[in-house]
Amino acid sequence: MATSTSNVITLKGSTDIVAEFFNYGLNSILYQRGLYPPETFTHTQQWGVTMLVTCDKELQAFLDKIITQLKTWLTDLSVAKLVLVITDIATNEVVERWQFDIECDKTVTATTKRDVSDKDIKEGIRSVIRQITASVTFLPLLESTCSFNILVYTDKDLDVPEQWGETGPHLIINSEEVKLKSFSTSIHSVKAAVAFKKSD
Amino acid sequence: MAHFDLENEVNSALRMDMPLTRGPLMRWQRREQGQNNSSINISLNASVASAKTPSKSLNKSLNSGAYSKTPNSKTPGSAGRKKTPSKGSKTPSAADRFIPNRSTTHIDAAHYKLCTQTQPNVEDSLMLSPSRQEYKQLMNENLNGDALQKKIISFNEKPPQAPEGYLNNLRVLYSTSKVGTASKKTTRHISQQPDRILDAPEILDDYYLSLIDWSAQNVLAVALGSCVYLWDASHGNITLLLQQENAGADYVSCVNWTSDGNHLAVGLSTGIVELWDPSQQKRLRSMSGHAARVGSLSWNSHLLSSGSRSGSIHHHDVRVAQHHVGTLLGHSQEVCGLKWSPNGKQLASGGNDNILNIWQAGSGSLLTGAEPIHTFNQHQAAVKALAWCPWQHNVLASGGGTADRHIQIWNCNNGVNLHSVDTNSQVCALLWSPEYKEIISGHGYTQNQLTIWKYPGLTKVAELTGHTARVLHMCLSPDGTTVVSAAADETLRLWKCFDVDAATKKNKSKSVTKDNPSSLLMHLR
Repeated sequence: MATSTSNVITLKGSTDIVAEFFNYGLNSILYQRGLYPPETFTHTQQWGVTMLVTCDKELQAFLDKIITQLKTWLTDLSVAKLVLVITDIATNEVVERWQFDIECDKTVTATTKRDVSDKDIKEGIRSVIRQITASVTFLPLLESTCSFNILVYTDKDLDVPEQWGETGPHLIINSEEVKLKSFSTSIHSVKAAVAFKKSD
Repeated sequence: MAHFDLENEVNSALRMDMPLTRGPLMRWQRREQGQNNSSINISLNASVASAKTPSKSLNKSLNSGAYSKTPNSKTPGSAGRKKTPSKGSKTPSAADRFIPNRSTTHIDAAHYKLCTQTQPNVEDSLMLSPSRQEYKQLMNENLNGDALQKKIISFNEKPPQAPEGYLNNLRVLYSTSKVGTASKKTTRHISQQPDRILDAPEILDDYYLSLIDWSAQNVLAVALGSCVYLWDASHGNITLLLQQENAGADYVSCVNWTSDGNHLAVGLSTGIVELWDPSQQKRLRSMSGHAARVGSLSWNSHLLSSGSRSGSIHHHDVRVAQHHVGTLLGHSQEVCGLKWSPNGKQLASGGNDNILNIWQAGSGSLLTGAEPIHTFNQHQAAVKALAWCPWQHNVLASGGGTADRHIQIWNCNNGVNLHSVDTNSQVCALLWSPEYKEIISGHGYTQNQLTIWKYPGLTKVAELTGHTARVLHMCLSPDGTTVVSAAADETLRLWKCFDVDAATKKNKSKSVTKDNPSSLLMHLR
């Protein structure tokens, strides 16, 4: 991690931290919600919490592509939201929606340095990851086979890369939302929330 | 001061010389309002048609749209309500209440605009119904649309699929307590001795037949050579139902009760399937069609499926004269196992060609020459023992013969083999116990035992020995407590291996209703 020792953060360092957070965060959600068999995940230690990361090569490559793209947007400060949508394969219905609101400080340039407590950032990330893990207890069980999709909210004038396409927000009809904790690197701040279908 | 209010009202109501403050408006008032309202209507409809009020949720804007279609009774939204004058002032000021004028509201145009302004422009729009698209688009505009100046994009590539047949393992997390209680139940006492032993002289020692069946009315039908005997399990009476005329050559190869136990289907070595009424000891029907002996029968309401030595399976609709309504050709040798699933959706057939086929029930009629939805060739010997799980309707247990000795559990919806266990002995019969979630299997050489397996672990719970020759057939009593096994040693043994304990017995009354009118009876006469 770029800022593991110093208490000064740059745009690049902040981008790395946030991208790393998403890598582990998305992996955790996929594991915790049982989208992939648990035996395809391995334990890793990061930020003082044990997390499960997929060792399925295909899934790894898929997530890597997203994270790499996300990094460029984080550096451009052009991303506003990252949403992980869980859909039922059979009915194509959205059953769960993990939304991460990303607030970028638009005044930051590549050379800006900010004083920030490394400990606070880690603490923030830890608490979000812990909450993702804990959310299994209240989220409804995904009864059918589900797949996921990543949505990114970006600035209106952004050029859409070739592999990406414009889409709708994939909202859940009749949903309930639970706000999770947030963390901030003083350049990017991430607010997490999960929405799921209300049980009737 | 509430009581004064009432008094005042009564007084004012009684005073006839005052101007009216309640009741319908005077005509001159209405006319004046009609003129004023036309302008309000137009502005209101315009805002509805554009439907872009960003602060409002979609529901609200849709609702106000609905109001505009039926505007005669209600004041739409907050705009109308704000203008409602206080009770006291009755001066007919301009636009004091909203009374829409139908002639000035362009309902059709508004509706058309509301419906058509949302042209789908998303790639995956093909996957969604029009109403969903519209909802999505409106939601998009209302919530994040132009105010946010954001673009929503998604990664085009699809994430890799979870492996075929993978089910969310988190279910385990929620059912841990159940596992605990189930394992406790396995410690129950299972009597190692048979409850009763009946003689079955001249029972044919033929693996490919099915010679006993226990009805819902607690009557056990046993085919002994050319005769069929009925043993009433409640009273112990024995009656001879039928005897083949050509007793030396012909024999009964299969017996099967209807689900209500009012009729018995009998398969004969001549290839004829007969239908008997045990209450009158009378033959109701004789249905020919098979070229060889009928070794297996299975009912699915009015439809009787029969498997023959020729390898073909016939469907008989016993209600109509032309009973032969379908043929399934999926086996090259004798069909020895045939079972309809409890929900009547799937038919499992096992043959001497070591093949296990799963057939889908057709909608309406069963078509001749249909293909099986699954064909399993994992068994190394004839598949005679077949049993559908009573509580999971897509789960089937099958057992192979001498060369195979395996019990396989299948999910017949996706064709996945769920479990497999080597029994070290020929599997002749299989039954499920819904009470204890167990499977009991009947075996041949070397021990001729009955083995009880815990499901889904497939761990051995108990072994019941006693037969001196291979166990050929097994049936479960209608109350689910007793298993009868027929063996080549010419005995029937009744094992009370699924007896319910006294505590749970109280809660459950599984008595069979005897006055249940037969569904077949209505069709047959």
